[in-house]
Amino acid sequence: MTTTVAAPAAATPAATEAKVRRGWTQHGLLFVAPFLVIYVVFLVWPTILGLRMSMSSVNIAGTNDNMVGFDNYAEAFADPRMWRSLWNTVVFTVLSTVPLVLLGLGFALLVHHLRFVQWLWRLSFFGPFLLPSAVVSILWLQMIYPPDYGLINGTLGTDFTWLTDPSTAMFSVVLTTVWWTVGFNFLLYLAALQSIPQHLYEAAAIDGASAWDKLRSITLPLLGRTTALIVVLQLLASLKVFDQIYLMTGGGPEDSTRPIIEYAYDMGFTGYRIGYASAVSYILFAIIVIVSLAQLRLFRKRAEGSS
Amino acid sequence: MQEPPKITRRSLLGGSLALAGATAAGCAIPVGLGSAQNRVQYWHFLGASDGIIMNKMVTAFAKDNPNIFVEENVLAWGEPYYTKIAMAGAGGRSPDLATFHLARLAGIGAGAILDPINVKLLEEVGLRAADFSPPIWERAHLDGVLYAIPFDAHPMVQYYNTDICGKAGLLGSDGKLLPTRNQDELLAMLRKAKEALGGKPPLVFDALGLGTVGPWRVWYSLYPQSGGTLLSDDGTTIAIDDQKALQALRLMAQLGQEGLCDPRTDYGASVASFTNGQSAFLWNGDWETTGLKERKTPFSMTRFPSVFGTGAAQADCHSFVLPHQRNRDPEVERATYQFIAYLVKNSADWAVAGHVPAYLPALEEPDYLALQPQSEYRSVITEVALDPQVWFAGSASRMWIEIGEAFSPVISGERTPEEGLAAAKASLNRLLSAPNPFPEQER
Repeated sequence: MTTTVAAPAAATPAATEAKVRRGWTQHGLLFVAPFLVIYVVFLVWPTILGLRMSMSSVNIAGTNDNMVGFDNYAEAFADPRMWRSLWNTVVFTVLSTVPLVLLGLGFALLVHHLRFVQWLWRLSFFGPFLLPSAVVSILWLQMIYPPDYGLINGTLGTDFTWLTDPSTAMFSVVLTTVWWTVGFNFLLYLAALQSIPQHLYEAAAIDGASAWDKLRSITLPLLGRTTALIVVLQLLASLKVFDQIYLMTGGGPEDSTRPIIEYAYDMGFTGYRIGYASAVSYILFAIIVIVSLAQLRLFRKRAEGSS
Repeated sequence: MQEPPKITRRSLLGGSLALAGATAAGCAIPVGLGSAQNRVQYWHFLGASDGIIMNKMVTAFAKDNPNIFVEENVLAWGEPYYTKIAMAGAGGRSPDLATFHLARLAGIGAGAILDPINVKLLEEVGLRAADFSPPIWERAHLDGVLYAIPFDAHPMVQYYNTDICGKAGLLGSDGKLLPTRNQDELLAMLRKAKEALGGKPPLVFDALGLGTVGPWRVWYSLYPQSGGTLLSDDGTTIAIDDQKALQALRLMAQLGQEGLCDPRTDYGASVASFTNGQSAFLWNGDWETTGLKERKTPFSMTRFPSVFGTGAAQADCHSFVLPHQRNRDPEVERATYQFIAYLVKNSADWAVAGHVPAYLPALEEPDYLALQPQSEYRSVITEVALDPQVWFAGSASRMWIEIGEAFSPVISGERTPEEGLAAAKASLNRLLSAPNPFPEQER
């Protein structure tokens, strides 16, 4: 620290410039300090603490705090319900991400080309996203899915037990999630669409391009970066699914919808085994880190390829 | 010593009324009384129609004891409640008093999360061990230490619609439901009621749905009637008698198949169906009594049908516990015991909610005996089927929910009784193999 304080007096403009380029100035450090403190106190420290907990048998009262090494991890890897909930998370992620990205794009294209009462279309697609998860869950649980008087069965004249049959429960939860969250992707796509320069389309029109050609050769390529962003955000959001499933099915029936976060919650808060729950959360943490790193690499390649 | 806050009786009553409104909405109530010495913070989960009775009792206590303010806080029943108690107890900043299911006592790590009951203070307010139903009093102890004060037992009971049952010819000359002593009599009774209802399922209970425990409750009423047990005495191995377990499950499957019960009702729908006279029988805990009376359903109640031998019925018991506090204010503590004593001694008022008092003198009171239909099933108190004393048992425990999930498809016919039993055993095995988060030496 002392050397950096002494340095500016003798520093040549070139040296300062080099330092700025490397990202080290004392003013900069001062500016980020508040954030750094919060980051360490609320993120780094709990992360380390959680890692320690995952290697202990600590319970919800904070007692029985014996170090058990990797016992919890060994138990988790041998626990069929852990794998089942992990698999449910993967199924949910795949089933939800695909329609959420495609429908988001589809709705955005639709609204972009519908030139009249645009606010109404925007509102109707984005509206559900504004609702809290509890409202959405209760709405679908109490009004749309009930087997005897629900909106779907009432309209179709069927009597499916949407949320209480293991073969349809996951699909039903995904359907609710898509309805609820597609608005966010839709909005990102709409913003991206509106930023594509109009003259590109005019030039293409002069060259005699059809609507399909324009979509394929101009719109979709120029939406590439947005799509990449949406896919990452969506994957991370879907991997972390909890609220609507907890509220609508509680993970049932027969574990068919229980995501890994709920499994950690159940083990920790209902089963009182905080140590084991931490180990389960760290397994999910590792998976999220891997997915994020893979995405990052994929992006870098694509960015290098395009430049 | 700080002076108690100056509140007039009128403002207190007004406050309790506001409290009643807020508790009905199920939210926490911040009371702006500052650091009152005599404010007893009381948590409970009585949100069914018994919550109305509890609120009346709290208000009545406030009237008699203007120097004590009971801050009533109604929390959602089930898993989240026990999570909150555990976390509050762990932090040592708990409410002064909380209701609790006795069967959960073994699972909560009483030493860490609950404080022992001060037997001397209990005697000071006039409560003695001899006043309580002995098996229930016994269950309030862990390793010889008293951790809970029993309040009631709430067994599975059979509600019946007197109009429909009368039409179906199921009532005796005294207007009461004719008893059923075996499986054939039960089925015959349900078939007659089905006919009277024009072919609609005459029986409802919470057969499916989010976190449903109905299938567990029904099974754990039927199965113990034949003498079946769940776990070995030391709670380490499964002791299910397959033949007896399957006999109960087959009856449950038959009820669904024959259209004698509606396998597609969840908790809310089952109560609504019975309330509106769309079904003749409701199998449920005894706590819906007040609501049914208020909605003028023509109904009465009786013990859960005896089918396989004894008249056992699944039950748990409400009790009072002292969640762990680092520093307990002696004044507040005394007030807390005063409040507990008031509630327990007025168990006859509490019985209006449907529960059978655990306080023996209350069972003899003319007020209680005059309660109809609440006193009809009081004899069940000696035949209640309580959970095994293991850490994963008790109301809304993982065991209840998982076995409920295992048996729910048996009733709807999506799973055979054998498959249901196998699923239940798999759940039990998982629970047995997981380490107890509160090992014995912790207490």
